[in-house]
Amino acid sequence: MDSMTMIAVASIVIAGITTSFGCMGPALAEGRSVATALSALAQQPDASSTITRTLFVGLAMIESTAIYCFVVSMILIFANPFWNHAIAQVAGK
Amino acid sequence: MHLSPDEIIFWQHGFIKLNATIVYTWGVMLLLVLGSKLITRRLSTGLKRSRWQNLLEIVVTMLEKQIADVGLQQPKKYLGFLGTLFLFVATASLCTVLPGYEPPTGSLSTTVALALCVLVAVPLFGIADQGVYSYFKSYTEPTIIMLPFNIISELSRTLALAVRLFGNMMSGAMILAILLTITPFLFPIVMTALGLLTGMVQAYIVFILASVYIAAATSEQKPKSGSARTAEA
Repeated sequence: MDSMTMIAVASIVIAGITTSFGCMGPALAEGRSVATALSALAQQPDASSTITRTLFVGLAMIESTAIYCFVVSMILIFANPFWNHAIAQVAGK
Repeated sequence: MHLSPDEIIFWQHGFIKLNATIVYTWGVMLLLVLGSKLITRRLSTGLKRSRWQNLLEIVVTMLEKQIADVGLQQPKKYLGFLGTLFLFVATASLCTVLPGYEPPTGSLSTTVALALCVLVAVPLFGIADQGVYSYFKSYTEPTIIMLPFNIISELSRTLALAVRLFGNMMSGAMILAILLTITPFLFPIVMTALGLLTGMVQAYIVFILASVYIAAATSEQKPKSGSARTAEA
């Protein structure tokens, strides 16, 4: 396998694995946080605006780790510097 | 399928390029400024007011209440900066209903610019509130060993702000583009609606996070409430 093929295979495989594993952790964490927020709402309904706001801020924080994984996958697929370098070398020959 | 609106170039003259990001940013700015100018031309303080003025009042009072809820003592001082953050991101995301429009926040340039504005604004508000010496001393709390970690946390939360907004907007646009090539009619509409929802949530998140950072920077003297410090990071 020459280096171009290796770069392509590695990028494709890792891009898929990054998004799939990167979304598992945040999904579990968000599920737990919503469950806790719901039980807190059930115990104190008049604090609902504070609880809801804190819940949304917390969800955005958790979501951002999934977004980091997604951005890395996109970079690997669309803006891959190693692939661009390999292509430039082949085109230059 | 492009990664960001930076790649659509409308006009180019040597080094200067007008790409889709800057043109749509100007469009959103024009919409906000013209809209506000037209609505506030004849403000009325009585019970009889136009519905557009009512709409603006609802938005402004809601934002002010949220800023006060976060813990900032004088919401009107911060309403200009924080309100603009919210309105820009919200309008940029709402305009996706217009055909041919791409949200400028889907480009890393715009989101990094907004995050840099927050990075500069937080020390400015902190110094305006506490004075230079007291604000910089707050970086060495609880001990001087924490100084590099506090600085790193400032930079990393700015980066997180930029990448979070960019990732959310870009992923919405990209999923829409992919679905359009697969199932043209039903799913893109559903995904556009989802994109609108996440756009509004992200606008609110940027607004709340910026106000929490400013609250943390301006409340060091008063007895710390747990939420301001623990909400960082």
